[in-house]
Amino acid sequence: MTARAVTEATFEAEVLNNEKTVLVDFWAEWCGPCRAVSPILDQIATEHSEKLDIVKVNVDENPQLAMKYQITSIPAMKVYQGGEVVKTVIGAKPKPALEADLAAYLA
Amino acid sequence: MRQVIIIGSGPSGYTAAIYAARANLQPLLIASSVEAGGELMNTTDVENFPGFPEGIQGPELMTQMQQQAERFGTEVVYDDVTSLDLSGDIKTVTLGSGETHEALSVIFATGSAYRKLGVEGEEKLSGHGVSWCATCDGFFFREKTIAVVGGGDSAMEEATFLTRFASKVYVIHRKDSLRASKIMQERAFNDPKIEFIWNSEVTAINGESALAGVSLRDTATGEASELALDGLFIAIGNDPRTHLIHGQLDLTSEGTIAVAGRSSKTSQTGVFAAGDVIDPSYRQAITAAGSGCVAALDAEHYLASLPADLAAAAAGEPATASV
Repeated sequence: MTARAVTEATFEAEVLNNEKTVLVDFWAEWCGPCRAVSPILDQIATEHSEKLDIVKVNVDENPQLAMKYQITSIPAMKVYQGGEVVKTVIGAKPKPALEADLAAYLA
Repeated sequence: MRQVIIIGSGPSGYTAAIYAARANLQPLLIASSVEAGGELMNTTDVENFPGFPEGIQGPELMTQMQQQAERFGTEVVYDDVTSLDLSGDIKTVTLGSGETHEALSVIFATGSAYRKLGVEGEEKLSGHGVSWCATCDGFFFREKTIAVVGGGDSAMEEATFLTRFASKVYVIHRKDSLRASKIMQERAFNDPKIEFIWNSEVTAINGESALAGVSLRDTATGEASELALDGLFIAIGNDPRTHLIHGQLDLTSEGTIAVAGRSSKTSQTGVFAAGDVIDPSYRQAITAAGSGCVAALDAEHYLASLPADLAAAAAGEPATASV
């Protein structure tokens, strides 16, 4: 399952008003570590689809969102619950490390 | 069982793979899950790799090396090695997935990892204004004031690259001269956005939830000062990545894997090392590539010297081994 793209227009509906927990992957084409972590997030999304919704925000195309959430380093993975950021993971990590960071939202 | 497993996917790993594959050793290359391609994946223009007169983008160069290795039968796995047993005739390599692979020889080419400053605030503000990757994070510092710490080629490259975004780039260096190559130095000296802060070391990185600035100490006079910053990029060098083999292979006093003379032979029979992980001095893409070639030739020679029963055990798998 490939994480779907969310934009400035759809962020409120898809992320902030989502009843499920949502992980937003802030990324860009030119960021090597972002491309490396993307398939790992897709795997996690598939394996935990009932618990966690995983979406992507392209920071090039959505600079307002990057600014609003004070993104200064990508990949930045932010977990939202009830419209609030409850967890931030920065940097590409191997799957076991990422799963450990996100354990509270996957179980 | 394999003839050879190569750990690492930078220029040394892929060059070793090209040579090993062309020697019909059908290497398995463990590329890492998120750092495949190595340090050049976070580099833009590579201008000093022979054969590319106009330069080549780091990721493009690594893709081409990988394709060349695969063309001759290298199998690439995107996973991380979690443990190794290098003793004995048959080496075992365990991956993050839990899978275990066996081989008669191992080429260790894990490169090096970014060095940290080791000062207060660094961990906390990492990803919140403190970065090790200009190509990833420079974009977020449009019209901002930032600093690069370091005096080598990578520091100059980052500083020059970051002027595309930032309004001001300070270069903070402990000494009063640079070890960067002349061409990189001149590019930085001639850039109106770059200002050098000589003889200064960072003693603390300040800020609560985001970077506010750094505390500096003059290495000559000891005088302390503060510098307000929006971003800080650390490029003070690399340390060899040896944590997987501690206690199994001998290291040098510099922390690199010890090898015999000009060869790639480590203290363990059948284990070879190449690239930045054995190189305390040069650490270039081209020297790493040359070193990978040496390791593959050494491994090939070693495999040819093994008793027939051992060699036969590895020839069974993968089943495609040709005569």
